Order: sequence, then C-alpha cells, then structure tokens
Amino acid sequence: MMKELSLHILDIAENSVNADANTVSINIEEDSRKNLLNIIIQDDGKGMDSEMLRMVTDPFITTRTTRKVGLGIPFLKEAAEACNGQFSITSQPGKGTCVESSFQRDHIDRMPMGAIQNTFLDLLVGFPDVHWIFKYRIDEEEFDLDSEPIHKTLDGIPLSDPAVLKYLKNEIENGIKRVQRK
Amino acid sequence: MNKINSLDDLKRVREEALEKRSKTAVSGKAHVIIGMGTCGIAAGARETMKAVLDYIESEKMEGILVTQTGCIGLCEQEPILQVVRGDEEKVTYGKVDPEVAKRILKEHVSDGKIVKDHVVNL
Repeated sequence: MMKELSLHILDIAENSVNADANTVSINIEEDSRKNLLNIIIQDDGKGMDSEMLRMVTDPFITTRTTRKVGLGIPFLKEAAEACNGQFSITSQPGKGTCVESSFQRDHIDRMPMGAIQNTFLDLLVGFPDVHWIFKYRIDEEEFDLDSEPIHKTLDGIPLSDPAVLKYLKNEIENGIKRVQRK
Repeated sequence: MNKINSLDDLKRVREEALEKRSKTAVSGKAHVIIGMGTCGIAAGARETMKAVLDYIESEKMEGILVTQTGCIGLCEQEPILQVVRGDEEKVTYGKVDPEVAKRILKEHVSDGKIVKDHVVNL
C-alpha cells in the first residue's frame, strides 16, 4: 500500500495529531554497523486502553463507528516484521502513545525511506499547533528540527507564507541531504 | 548545522514577510485543507500537499493557510482537497493529483473560479 517508510511515518504521526497530542517526536535512527533502522514516534495524546491497543494492531477487528481505527498501524507492523524487524506500540490513557518499529537495514524487502523531507514539511506546516520534534540520524550524522523555536522566531507569521516555506524547505532538504550523504 | 545562525536567517525571513504584508493589503484570505488519513496518504496526498506548498512558494501567494485533516469518509475520492475562500462556502475536490492541485490554486484560490470537473458533491 505504501511504498516509502516516510509515508508510514506521516500516517502514524497523523494518528498522534488525531489523539490530540500537543507534542509529537519522530526519531529515525539508522545504524550501518548494527544493520538496523529504527523509527520511534511518541506523543502525549490521549492514549489508549489495552482493549483499544489490541484493536489497532489487528486489521480485522474494528469498531469502525467513527473510523478511529484504520489500517495504518497493521501496515507498519507487517512491513517491520517482513524485514526481520520488530514492532511495538505502548500506550497509556491520558499519557500518550509510543510506536516503535525496527527493520534490518539492508533487508531486501526493506522499503526505502523515501521523501522524508516532504513528510516533515507537511506535518510542520499542516499542523502548526502541534509541537514537532524531528530527529533523523544515520550513524554519526544527525538532523534535528524543533518547531517551537521556529514559531517563536516567526512570532505570528504563518508557516505557509511563501518566504517562510522557502526557508523551511531549504533547511529541511539540506539537513536530510547532509545526513544521507554517505 | 549552526542552529543560532539558522534562526537568525529565519528572523530575516520574518521581517521580509512582514514588510510585504504591509504593502499588499488584505486580499481575501483562503484556507486550503488536505485530507491526510491513511486513505489519503496511500492515494498520494503527500505529493498533492507538496504541489500546493511549491505553488504557493513559486507564485508567492500571500495569506493562504494550508492545513491537514484526517479521513472524511470519502476514501474512494482521495486525494481530497478543500478550499475555503474568504467568506465563501467550502468547496471539496476529489482525485486531486499535483497537476489538479496547481489548477485549483490558480483558478479557484487566486481567480475565484471553481474547478468544476473535480468537485465532489457532499
């Protein structure tokens, strides 16, 4: 269904927003020596109880009255497990949710990261009220982006202002390029 | 990356934006909403949003708010894009690929003409 890890990341992050999270952190780490790729998405949203938690990982059980339970989580779980990886989701009502997935980095079925720069930019601009903390690391090289100082500096100028968009796009694209340089 | 420098750059961007804002008087604000549920993402909504942001940037369109929403129950019409132009009623578009998105921004958001062949009747 989804051909890039960065699309899965976008999808899971949307869940966090829908769970009324104030802060969402996305942490991607690739380790070439350990041959691992980890993705951790953590939020402080309303969380889930154990019953709901069981439902969101099973694509064939759904309450589907308000369409709160989608296919996004089972998709990512399947993708990770197909690559000798692991998937876990932990959640506490009122505290938040953490979705962790790992992949064997050089596994033949491991999806490419894809346009992670677009995922970051879309989330940042599309949900200006959420505090985003992005981290993307490959071995020693790391890119960090925190939305808070950006909003503070802009002081009321929206992220969808053309000049701001240009700045953000460059900043994110260059950062990702630097990390992926090897 | 030197973060302090980078935020200084952003400060300059802010000042430029403020300057432009005072020159171009309020020209009817618009809100563009993109459906980013699992269904939307799987249908290519991220590329639609990229096209919207790229167009705003390249055409220097001021005063446009771009946000996202989840699944609105029209999965078969995804990617979905909605436009609220000033006080006008919300228009919902379906099957909005990057090319259609550009058309909507140009013809509807800029010029006020609804792109009829992609309207979804709710």
